[in-house]
Amino acid sequence: MSDLLRMRDVSLTYRSEGGDVPAVRNVDLDLDRGEIVGIAGESGCGKSTLASTILRLQPPTARVTGEVLFEGQDVLTMSWGHLRALRWAGASMVFQGALHSLNPVQRVGDQIAEPIHLHDPETSDKQAHLRVGELLEQVGLPAARARAYPHQLSGGQKQRIMIAMALACRPRLIVADEPTTALDVMVQAQVLHVLSGLVHELGVGMLMISHDLSVLADLCDRIVVMYGGRVVEQGPSKLVFGEALHPYAEALSAAFPRVGDPAARYAPSGLPGDPPDPAALPPGCSFAPRCPRVIDDCTRAVPELRSFGGDRQASCIRVGQP
Amino acid sequence: MSAVEGDGSTGVPATLSARQLARRRRRESFLRSWRIFRRNRSGMLGLVILAVFAFIALAAPLLASSQGLEVTQATGGVLEPPSSQYWLGTDDQGRSVLTLLIWGARISLFVGLAATVISMVIGTLIGLISGFSGGWAGAVLFRLTEWFLVIPFLPLAIVLATVLGRSLFNIVLVIGVTSWPGTALLIRSQTLSIKERAYIERARVLGAGRWHQMSRHVLPNVMPMVFANTTLTVAIAILAETTLSFLGLGDPTRVSWGSMLDDAFQVGAITTGAWWFIVPPGVCVVLVVLAFTLIGQALEEVLNPRLKGR
Amino acid sequence: MTGRLLEARNVSVEFVTRSGHVARALDGVNLQVGAGEVVALVGESGSGKTTVARTMLGLERPVAGEVAFDGEPLGYSGRRLRELRRRVQMVLQDPAGALNPRQTVYESVAEGMRLHGLAAKDPAGRTETEMVAAAMASAGLRPPERLFLRYPHELSGGQRQRVLIAGALALGPELLIADEPVSSLDASIRGEILALLLKLRDELGLGVLVVTHDLGLAWNIADRIAVMYLGRVVEAGPTEEVLQAPQHPYTQALLSVVPEIEELRPVVLTGEIPDPTRIPGGCRFHPRCPAVADGSAAADGVERSCRTQPLEVLPADPQGHHTACHLAALRSSTGPRTGSIV
Repeated sequence: MSDLLRMRDVSLTYRSEGGDVPAVRNVDLDLDRGEIVGIAGESGCGKSTLASTILRLQPPTARVTGEVLFEGQDVLTMSWGHLRALRWAGASMVFQGALHSLNPVQRVGDQIAEPIHLHDPETSDKQAHLRVGELLEQVGLPAARARAYPHQLSGGQKQRIMIAMALACRPRLIVADEPTTALDVMVQAQVLHVLSGLVHELGVGMLMISHDLSVLADLCDRIVVMYGGRVVEQGPSKLVFGEALHPYAEALSAAFPRVGDPAARYAPSGLPGDPPDPAALPPGCSFAPRCPRVIDDCTRAVPELRSFGGDRQASCIRVGQP
Repeated sequence: MSAVEGDGSTGVPATLSARQLARRRRRESFLRSWRIFRRNRSGMLGLVILAVFAFIALAAPLLASSQGLEVTQATGGVLEPPSSQYWLGTDDQGRSVLTLLIWGARISLFVGLAATVISMVIGTLIGLISGFSGGWAGAVLFRLTEWFLVIPFLPLAIVLATVLGRSLFNIVLVIGVTSWPGTALLIRSQTLSIKERAYIERARVLGAGRWHQMSRHVLPNVMPMVFANTTLTVAIAILAETTLSFLGLGDPTRVSWGSMLDDAFQVGAITTGAWWFIVPPGVCVVLVVLAFTLIGQALEEVLNPRLKGR
Repeated sequence: MTGRLLEARNVSVEFVTRSGHVARALDGVNLQVGAGEVVALVGESGSGKTTVARTMLGLERPVAGEVAFDGEPLGYSGRRLRELRRRVQMVLQDPAGALNPRQTVYESVAEGMRLHGLAAKDPAGRTETEMVAAAMASAGLRPPERLFLRYPHELSGGQRQRVLIAGALALGPELLIADEPVSSLDASIRGEILALLLKLRDELGLGVLVVTHDLGLAWNIADRIAVMYLGRVVEAGPTEEVLQAPQHPYTQALLSVVPEIEELRPVVLTGEIPDPTRIPGGCRFHPRCPAVADGSAAADGVERSCRTQPLEVLPADPQGHHTACHLAALRSSTGPRTGSIV
């Protein structure tokens, strides 16, 4: 059981009045300890929805099929007791909107200590206090900041507090959903620095979700690119970002120009059209309507995720074709 | 379609008048709101009750002759219990309570609506201006609102009614002038939040002055609030009218539910057990107030998307 | 159209904070945007870049210095501001919030035209509907008629941004200020919107001032770039020079943390921009400056100046490359590159 997280053939369908809406379709994903895997894609591609299944946080109207194995146990079928234990200490999440989820009238130190006390009621106040100081230092804040109220902190500091809270019960897996989207470049760099340091230092696994492929390329070991609820490409991050196989991954990576690259000067690269509506997916490859390399065959069948040596996979019938 | 490619696209002729289409579009959105409203059971109940009363008020001359209101034309005995001739009995003057009730609906509803219009206009205007314009003008209006808010309603209404004299118009005025501060505060707080929205800044960037920002952006966005609040204010105004009439401050020449209750009280209908003189007007007031409240709640749910689906 | 259009001349802007302190959001900013050029104003949040944009449009009033349009200082009467805003338009950050949720696309785009009565005095005699359609088409919303009656919540993020741009273009401005035009958009839409800005520059000769924290964006579209820190422009010049040979340690640090630049060792500055009620003495960047921290400023003997001697305000020179840094000045006086610090 080497894998920390193993997702097999996971699909998630929202049931609505207008019929079933497939948000995630047949996704496989593996994550090891000490590894950072990034999920990239536009809004609405299903990346956050996929992540929600890891802690069974999907809304009750959703139907999930497949297997989500956390340390070998299926999250989708496990008992409530197990699930609670998993949510306490197994895996924790850092959300993008989390900056506003701090209680404005409680000192941040007390908020970090709360899950520690709840998880282990035996913990004395002194122990908890020490642990909070330790956590704050891990995320690069002085231990004295525990006495601050949220409004006294900047956005970057609040995000660090959120990370400290996520670490409080020593999880084995951290799911970070757009953890730096609202932050400035420099603060983003600070937070990413903290996150990658933690993963390597504590040996936890991290799943990071972002629309910004360049951030993922910088931080992650592997990247999974999603489109229309499916994985369209995955592989080592430098390769996915630098030499993408799937035209969508290629477009996504070209959207973030390399400063100094003469090809990008006065030539911003974008992708026409809008992401597909999950309630009305086009036939065949969902990317076909926007694809610059589309041919007739693309709309016939949903392309398989094929292997291209090493750890690389892509689902495009044109890869490897002239 | 890529934005960068080709051009020659300037001057595309529009086939249909945009304003016409916009009107159609608004009708659609109204119908959509109506469909949501229709699903709200208590709102629909309120609407039905209200429709019945509105019909009674409008059709009063057809339902009961206005001669039945004249004391000199009274045909029945004093405080007769309900009978086949007088379905709800008679009052102390021998008039049919049913006739009084039907004609009273007119006055009660009229006073309720007219006072609400006055209160809404004053409240919306003052709330809007005090919220939108900072500085001393806003501050003064805000203080004024608070000042009116803390004045107890009844003593002020009694004083005003005494000073102005007892007439239907004065009753409307008194209720209108005393019930606006709540609306003004509500509109003010809404205005304050809308004022900070980015689209107000955009309007300014486009070259809009204060008046345009207020009338085109703030007002349309507070209007749903105003509407939902209106129905509640009507209910309060009808109660106020009943209260004032019951206290003998109403228009002595007209019959309203409040004045009926006042009469009933004066002649000791409670002690003599003439329940038919007290219960019907009381029930009518409760029903109309309830109807408006139910409609108000339903409207708020329709117009405030955050409450939807609760 | 040639010559300078909109310029900030030594502009300072102050705010009074809630606690009653005076915050100097801008402290002597010189900047020019000419017709047909794209200028990027870059910095972290708190650097004052949005305040510059707002001041240039007359939304903030400078306490010192002035904003001039076509050589003439701005007037702050309602009439003069309206006239300015017909010729200089701004596309606000956050396309989701900048459209009135109760207005249709048509009404939003037509709003500015109606405010200025443009349909009545169109030289080509077009109707309002035709003008709205034309503005929407040039913002890349095609076919416009199909979108006329949509409400903002029925549009995608990219479409909303285009509606905002169309609303600005409907006035036929000479200059467009875009505040973080793509930061809230998906990656794939980003390039499309930037390409639109470039197209507008090429086809309409529009001058564009882009306010952004994204250096990649500047590399994509800007002719010139001005880097701001704590209310001052600290480095300005042609994009190629500033981004490929940055002189100021702050620009160097910003550039090094752009995720895709692998050759550069990331210089992650600690802390954040200080609050403008307490601007540090000397060079305002010195408390976070990596050159001061690692001793290279001391080695070159400028550390004392860094801590005590204020720097001069950079001029709004549209050609040269200027840096407000004691160390860069010293190195340029000995090295090949010309700085401008006295």
